[in-house]
Amino acid sequence: MHTPSKGIPLKHLRASLAIGTALTAMIALSSCASNESTPAASGSGSAASSTGTLSGQLNGQGSSAQGNAQTQWIKDFQTANSGVTINYNPVGSGAGRTAFESGGAQYAGSDTYLSDAEVKGTFALCNGQGIDLPDYISPIALAFNVKGVTALKLDATTIAKIFSGKITTWNDPAIKALNSGVSLPSTKIDPVHRSDKSGTTHNLTDYLNKTAPSVWTAAGADAFPFKTGEGAQGTSGVVAAIKGGNGTIGYIDNSQVGSLPVAQIKVGSTYVTPSADGAAAAAEAGTVASGRDASDFAIDVNRTTTDSKQYPITLISNLIVCKQYKDPAIGKVVSAYATYVTSTEGQAAAAKVAGSAPMSAALIAKVQAVAKAIK
Amino acid sequence: MTSSPAVAPPVSAKPVRRPGDLIFSGTALAAGLLILVALAAVAVFLVGESIPALGVKKADLPVGFSTFLEYAGPLVFGTVWAALLALVIAVPLSLGIALFISHYAPRRVARGLGYVIDLLAAVPSVVYGLWGITVLAPFVQPFYTFLNTYLGWVPFFSGSVSATGRTVLTVAVVLAVMVLPIITALCREVFLQTPRLQEEAAYALGATRWEMIRISVLPFGRAGIVSAVMLGLGRALGETLAVAMVLSPAVVVSFFVLTTQNPTTIAANIALQFPDSYGISVNVLIATGLVLFVITFVVNALARGIVSRTSVGRNN
Repeated sequence: MHTPSKGIPLKHLRASLAIGTALTAMIALSSCASNESTPAASGSGSAASSTGTLSGQLNGQGSSAQGNAQTQWIKDFQTANSGVTINYNPVGSGAGRTAFESGGAQYAGSDTYLSDAEVKGTFALCNGQGIDLPDYISPIALAFNVKGVTALKLDATTIAKIFSGKITTWNDPAIKALNSGVSLPSTKIDPVHRSDKSGTTHNLTDYLNKTAPSVWTAAGADAFPFKTGEGAQGTSGVVAAIKGGNGTIGYIDNSQVGSLPVAQIKVGSTYVTPSADGAAAAAEAGTVASGRDASDFAIDVNRTTTDSKQYPITLISNLIVCKQYKDPAIGKVVSAYATYVTSTEGQAAAAKVAGSAPMSAALIAKVQAVAKAIK
Repeated sequence: MTSSPAVAPPVSAKPVRRPGDLIFSGTALAAGLLILVALAAVAVFLVGESIPALGVKKADLPVGFSTFLEYAGPLVFGTVWAALLALVIAVPLSLGIALFISHYAPRRVARGLGYVIDLLAAVPSVVYGLWGITVLAPFVQPFYTFLNTYLGWVPFFSGSVSATGRTVLTVAVVLAVMVLPIITALCREVFLQTPRLQEEAAYALGATRWEMIRISVLPFGRAGIVSAVMLGLGRALGETLAVAMVLSPAVVVSFFVLTTQNPTTIAANIALQFPDSYGISVNVLIATGLVLFVITFVVNALARGIVSRTSVGRNN
């Protein structure tokens, strides 16, 4: 045997390996750097009521819907209270609640409030139980992309039929009946849902289950319940899918709609466009779950409302904290942070960066009273 | 490749052992053991966390599933299905590229092409995912409509065609691009090892270049090709991010490749469901991870078996 005369391979392989390694290293390094950017500097001035004496470190985990708002709140709060460091990790609502209950996080952000079972369970950091404080409200829009259609009116039953695959074309009589004067094509409907678990899905499915129970038989849940339609990862994935196809419709946070047209939803006898005011009104009119601590704001939006001032597909995300912390030093910082987050300024800051709906003055007053009393 | 370097020393001569030998054999042993320990630790973790999932109740599983096996079955199918489709696309392409580089291209072209193919391996999977969802899916959608309309009688292409192109076929194309550099690089190396004498002998018998490749290069490289394909398969089975981003997933068994309801893979399903899972649903996901672990083992074992069998007969 003799060696092959076309002798490039080994050297060749080594060189390309070196290039590969270098690239990988560069990518790894750059991603490190972007993670390390501290949200400490550059505040927006109008921040948190400064007491100046606070210090300590908080770790929060949970809802990714709150992610942008939390980043802004933390930035503002740390600017006003230089002795405080807060980290928020948007790992998802479920993981956030679990971490908070087991003591891994001092507070959690969650798109669903603590379940009855969770409230009865133990909270490692609390004397007593954990409570829900609404801090982030957002209307969920039904955005669509159908060639030639710029406005669309839908009611709950029709939405339920579209997302459960019972209506398959845009010129279906049920859709036509709601949209007189609009010429609807015979294009197939491609309903897009979240393929990951999501509070957005939970709110839409809860709305459909309560308003159209004969069509939408599954209870509200984080995971999309039916094997129909198209799945996409995250809000940005759903937006990309809607934009990428003709005949698509999907549900997304209203702040992420961009240039896509949005369906009006039938409430009572009128059609309502998703708006911050409608979401705030729905949150204020919601009922607080019974059988809980008086300071626990586990708000259920009234999905079957007939008041056209309210937009019923509204997500209420909560700050989950202890009413009383075992360590009073933590309680003091959490109280100050929660007070800022739920204040008029905090809500305005979130609306600016994340496009959420600021809570109404009446709700703010109620929540603030509890936030200030955290020990 | 087959004989291990640590052969017992000859009986007659007394072995000379210098410090370097001791240090080297010690570190080599430690490296070997470390990988076994790491593997064992992963296995212990997976098994330990999976046990609660086996007796999971219907209420803790996603809607529509009553037992763990019922949930895991379609995921196993999806994992293998997507990987197989990817290989169907990637293997012929890779063999073609490898043969072109080793036996057809002028040396300068071959070198450049080799670099480019190897660079494909350095692209992170998130970039492939973004490319798949923003460029490839919208681009292939009209072709899917075409296939569905005119070739709908082929079972794979029937069903209701996706409006966005985010189907298992698109995922297979993305995966194929990702495994292509691995298979190509290995096959190229193997083909270049073909004994020159055998090639010359084939030419001497009057073979054309293609006939020479068929009777000397391919039989010689058979074992290498199989192990290259198996390495590619391993990569395709475990790929997570690109699948999670591109696929429109459902936990179903379906052979349609153009619809919105596509069987999803274990890895992508874990990535999508894990962040908002808690309690026993986390155990369920980890248990599916254990299943993936087992599948990869089986694939590797099969590959070893095939390689050892084909390499025995290769010089007949």
